[in-house]
Amino acid sequence: MIEFKLPSLGADMDEGTLLTWHVKPGDTLKRGQVVAVVDTSKAAVDVDIWHEGVLHELLVHPGEKVPVGTVLARLLEPGEVAATAVDAPAIAAHASRRAVSPSARRRAKELGVNVESVKGSGAQGAVTLADIEAAAHATTATPDRQTEMRKAIAAAMSRSKREIPHYYLAETIPMANALDWLQQHNKDRPITERLLPAVLLLKAVALALQRTPELNGFFREGQFMPSAAVHTGVAISLRGGGLVAPALHDVDNKPLPLLMQELADLVKRARAGSLRSSEMSDPTLTVTNLGDQGVESVFGVIYPPQVALVGFGSLTTRPWVVDGKVRAQPLLCASLAADHRASDGHRGALFLAELRDVLQRPESLDATATQASVQ
Amino acid sequence: MPRRLSYREALREALREALLADPRVFLMGEDVGRYGGTYAVSKGLLEEFGPERIRDTPLSELGFVGAGVGAALGGMRPIVEIMTVNFSLLALDPIVNTAAMLRHMSGGQFSVPIVIRMATGAGRQVAAQHSNSFEGWYAHVPGLRVLSPATAEDARGMLAAALADPDPVLIFEHAQLYNLEGDVPDHTVVDTCSARVRLAGTDVSLITFGGCLPKAIQAAEQLAMLGISAEVIDLRVLRPLDDATVMTSVRKCRRAVVIDEGWRTGSLAAEVMARISEQAFFDLDAPLARVCSEEVPIPYARHMEEAALPQASKIVAAVQALLGSAP
Repeated sequence: MIEFKLPSLGADMDEGTLLTWHVKPGDTLKRGQVVAVVDTSKAAVDVDIWHEGVLHELLVHPGEKVPVGTVLARLLEPGEVAATAVDAPAIAAHASRRAVSPSARRRAKELGVNVESVKGSGAQGAVTLADIEAAAHATTATPDRQTEMRKAIAAAMSRSKREIPHYYLAETIPMANALDWLQQHNKDRPITERLLPAVLLLKAVALALQRTPELNGFFREGQFMPSAAVHTGVAISLRGGGLVAPALHDVDNKPLPLLMQELADLVKRARAGSLRSSEMSDPTLTVTNLGDQGVESVFGVIYPPQVALVGFGSLTTRPWVVDGKVRAQPLLCASLAADHRASDGHRGALFLAELRDVLQRPESLDATATQASVQ
Repeated sequence: MPRRLSYREALREALREALLADPRVFLMGEDVGRYGGTYAVSKGLLEEFGPERIRDTPLSELGFVGAGVGAALGGMRPIVEIMTVNFSLLALDPIVNTAAMLRHMSGGQFSVPIVIRMATGAGRQVAAQHSNSFEGWYAHVPGLRVLSPATAEDARGMLAAALADPDPVLIFEHAQLYNLEGDVPDHTVVDTCSARVRLAGTDVSLITFGGCLPKAIQAAEQLAMLGISAEVIDLRVLRPLDDATVMTSVRKCRRAVVIDEGWRTGSLAAEVMARISEQAFFDLDAPLARVCSEEVPIPYARHMEEAALPQASKIVAAVQALLGSAP
């Protein structure tokens, strides 16, 4: 190992400030090569080296003022291998484990914070207790968001019940035809392409609305404004609590397989918390399905400024009179909560009747889509 | 009404009170009588109590400390003044091998109710041999109670508590403190078992005792101006150490600097730090730090002596190093 020391660049020089290095570790240095610029009290001077070798390490940083004779750098003699054994463990020890204070480490464990992801503000950059708590606070925005969501739901529902004169209607819909059709449709398809009853219901609602446009749209500033498009809000309960009802767009015009895909995607993204803002504000009517919970029917609260909410209960097999005979039939209770300012019960009844009829002709749900897409 | 007393006056009042209260109490040491004490603590006591109870001794620490141990065994309540801790090394045998151990070696038959007072510390340009701080050495020895009054109140109150102790008690009076003034309550009663919070804070515990207490408080004031809230703990009792007060403070502040005028290696500061890492490791937010004397015989030259000793500026720097960029 060769030590390269700061030479005296004049009889009156006893210290110098290193300005620049012209070389870096690993460079092969030749005798007479300029390796650095050093500022003496008089001038900046190019410093050349009188050893041959490979530059191993620089010991003085630019800007540092050091006395004459200070080792500025170390060189490996030709053929010499760096004896790093002494220095290596210390460096490795630092590299292998972050400096995290004992209290910070304990708190991180309690709070489930990953210390590796926390920036340290303590001595030598160590992660401190306060750093962990700040990080934990940042990541526990989730409970806060839930609180916020609860507040938002509370505000919207209170407003709904305060402002909207709801009326409620219900209709029992025989589902034998629809389910038969669905079974037939799904029979030869892989699981990923099969349709769920839910998507059939969404489509049926959208088509039924064509006859009763006063249920689809917004009540704003004292009057109802119908919507040409049918963007069905789908109520999705979230695992952490609360619910959202983002829109499936243009449900009346889309073929069932596409709606099925979009619905699956919407549910997934709603639960991952990655909905788009348009999906949150667009719904023109909301559909809620509590059938999975086994309730017979649901009379919902309208989400303002919408004017209607369609609810589905569970599919159950019950006695039903068909052609004068009692038969076991799969039945579904569809309900409508509607804003009396925008529509009357008569129109609401018409809608439910239409919904019932549409579901008796399931092939029309698919056919309409085909027809629409042809146009 | 608390009165404003100097540390020296407080000590003298305490001596006088003890001499008045108990006829078994007497004061013995070099120049304590006619000269009034090297630090003028016992001034006037010879005139009031006479040479039987205020006894000047020859310059022989081994002899008069040994005599004090004998008197204590004989039923008296001797207060032995050793001029400074530096000369107490001549009396290590009667203090450590006899006074500290007799209760144990006699199976509890003998106790040695002696109180030994001595000045300690540096900072007055009296050179190496007169500038030592050996409190930590004595705090090493089981059988001794080691007190370090750092306030006028403790100077006033600790003697009575020490005399009430049936076992040997050492009282270290830092020579830099004699002129320090402080409030002393009318009926001063203090304990000889606990540490005290002298200044409450939240960011760092400054743990110290004796002559370094004023420096730690000064440092805390400077730190306050930097937005750092330091808590100052006065150990007061160096043996047995009051771990609870120290740990409570460290658990709150999560960082600690121990300030000790003893040399760094094997210092009392080292013991305090070891206890913190034993008992409060998981509460720490930074490595423990200490400010001790440089490991040299204390220099005579003023600037070198100052450089060798703990100073407020060094305490401030140590705290800043612990805090990094935090608060």
